[in-house]
Amino acid sequence: MDRFIYLTFDGLSRGLVYAAFALALVLIWRAARIVNFAQGSMAVAAVYVAYSVTNATGSYWLGFVVALLAGLLLGVLVERVVMRFVDHSSPLNGVVVALGLVLVLQGTLGIVYGNEYQPVETPFSRDAFEVGGIAMLSRYDLFVFAAVGTVVVVLTLLFTRTAIGLRMRAAAFAPDVSRLLGVSVGGMLTLGWALAAAVGSLAGMLVVPTELGVHPTAMDVVFVSAFTAAVVGGLDSPIGAVVGGLVVGLLLSYVSGYIDVTVAPMAILALLVLVLLGKPGGLFSSSKARVA
Amino acid sequence: MTDVQQKANAAPVPDVGSAVPKRRRRLHPALVIAAGAVLVVALTYMLPPFRNYQLATMGAYFCVTAGLTVLTGLNGQLSLGHGALMATGAYTLALTQNKWVNLPLSFAVAVVVTTVAGAVIGLAAARLRGPYLAGLTLAVAIVVPSVTSTFDETFNSDQGLSVILNPPPETIPMERWQAWLCWGAALAVVLLLALLIRGRFGRDLRAVRDDETAAKLAGINIARTQVLAFVVSAVCAGVSGALFAVLAQSVSPGAFPLTLSLFLVMAIVIGGLGSLFGALWGAVLLVVLPTLAQSVGEQTGSQQLEGNLALVVFGVVLVVVMLAAPGGLASIPSRISRLIRRNR
Repeated sequence: MDRFIYLTFDGLSRGLVYAAFALALVLIWRAARIVNFAQGSMAVAAVYVAYSVTNATGSYWLGFVVALLAGLLLGVLVERVVMRFVDHSSPLNGVVVALGLVLVLQGTLGIVYGNEYQPVETPFSRDAFEVGGIAMLSRYDLFVFAAVGTVVVVLTLLFTRTAIGLRMRAAAFAPDVSRLLGVSVGGMLTLGWALAAAVGSLAGMLVVPTELGVHPTAMDVVFVSAFTAAVVGGLDSPIGAVVGGLVVGLLLSYVSGYIDVTVAPMAILALLVLVLLGKPGGLFSSSKARVA
Repeated sequence: MTDVQQKANAAPVPDVGSAVPKRRRRLHPALVIAAGAVLVVALTYMLPPFRNYQLATMGAYFCVTAGLTVLTGLNGQLSLGHGALMATGAYTLALTQNKWVNLPLSFAVAVVVTTVAGAVIGLAAARLRGPYLAGLTLAVAIVVPSVTSTFDETFNSDQGLSVILNPPPETIPMERWQAWLCWGAALAVVLLLALLIRGRFGRDLRAVRDDETAAKLAGINIARTQVLAFVVSAVCAGVSGALFAVLAQSVSPGAFPLTLSLFLVMAIVIGGLGSLFGALWGAVLLVVLPTLAQSVGEQTGSQQLEGNLALVVFGVVLVVVMLAAPGGLASIPSRISRLIRRNR
């Protein structure tokens, strides 16, 4: 029972990170109808920037802030330089271009930093508190809860309570009408990419220290997990992404804890297949049919 | 096939984009393949051993790129899981070969197993489109190390297995034998693919890609066509993986990373999706570019540059080709001539 409680909290903490990452995917999907397959590599790039800054200055928090800014910048760059020119006549094109970006980013990071795992420190201890003799949460888990909670609240307020959020939703929903009403649709798209990339970088910053460390391919499995989370929630729904993230996190935690860590990717694949074949609209999707 | 259909197919299609419609007589694939076989054998007698080994590698890649270009280019299904299917073929060959040391038998078993694997993935994939399909196949690609570590008594986790091979006859050097084996398999696979896509199956594939509703109305069974396409390309990937296992005389999950699957996509995009000749150029590039990148890395004396430079080059090429010439490099001349004509 103790183990179960511990694994549940661990799963929730992991799940929130996947939720943040899935949110990033959902943001871009809603804005541009593209699943950004380069999200993982972009996040790794931001984490490497943070790693460099932290090593140079000795301050984790400076690195953290710089990573988010680097994510924003990278999102703008990717959208303005590459994604804007993708021919959308076939849904394959966006995916293939993103995969090209994955190769470019992985190769560049490998050239600059090498292909070894670099250990990354955490700002808080990862030793769990004991409540009544049961190991439950660590300070780091609380930090994860707070960080992801903040992101969710900020994004919700942004999209529902501000003029810019309204413009972004309008630009995604009805681009032509929005343009007539004076909304800069292209600008909103860029903003969406920037926001998503920043959220992805945050997820990267949170997840990388809990794995082996930072590596050009550090986010591959995380990306698949987050993609699964987004699909569980239906790619259209931010709330679904959060719930999907928690589901995936708990599944991974229980599988790793009760069976073996090596089984985790297979469990993810199984869940993805089940959702895609059983409930293809996701649990929270608003659309009737999957036409992508 | 009715007479009407045949007449419709035989009617010369005016070539849009050129001023004079011209009819090209297409060579029968068997002739092209026979010429290719002669060329390869001649090459193996002229090249030094190491170049023969590289030639063999090209042949092994050609198998998988040919199958993938049919799946993605003609049927519109993007697969990022073909690296995993190659691993399936490679591991099957290794296990069978180490048990019975009979190469033809091992290849046969590898083909059967990848057929089954391809059918399973294909059945799951047949209902999916675009990003969903890409995500699912990506998950398949990620799962390889997980499988080999979980069942480590069979697959020996990260170390992998070595492959027992009977040496080739005394008179033939090892590398030449490897080149013959790989190209023999590749040419056989490509001939079968070429015959397949010339006929009704190829038309079904293209119909499903272009307009599912119309294809359904014309009586094409969409799901069956898609699963079949996936199985065919999976078998090609399995043969390719088995060849790589023979070439390296070992298999390990590290040989089939996600980047391999991305490389394969790059190879078929650069040659032009759906073209078997394009798949050949892609396979050649997959061997040539890393070699070039390696020599650049050696000249600068940088360890980190060697493998990674190839990644960057492949990635840039993939992005640029996708943005500038979605039809692949083969389409660039016609695009340029169209631009010139438009500006006159």
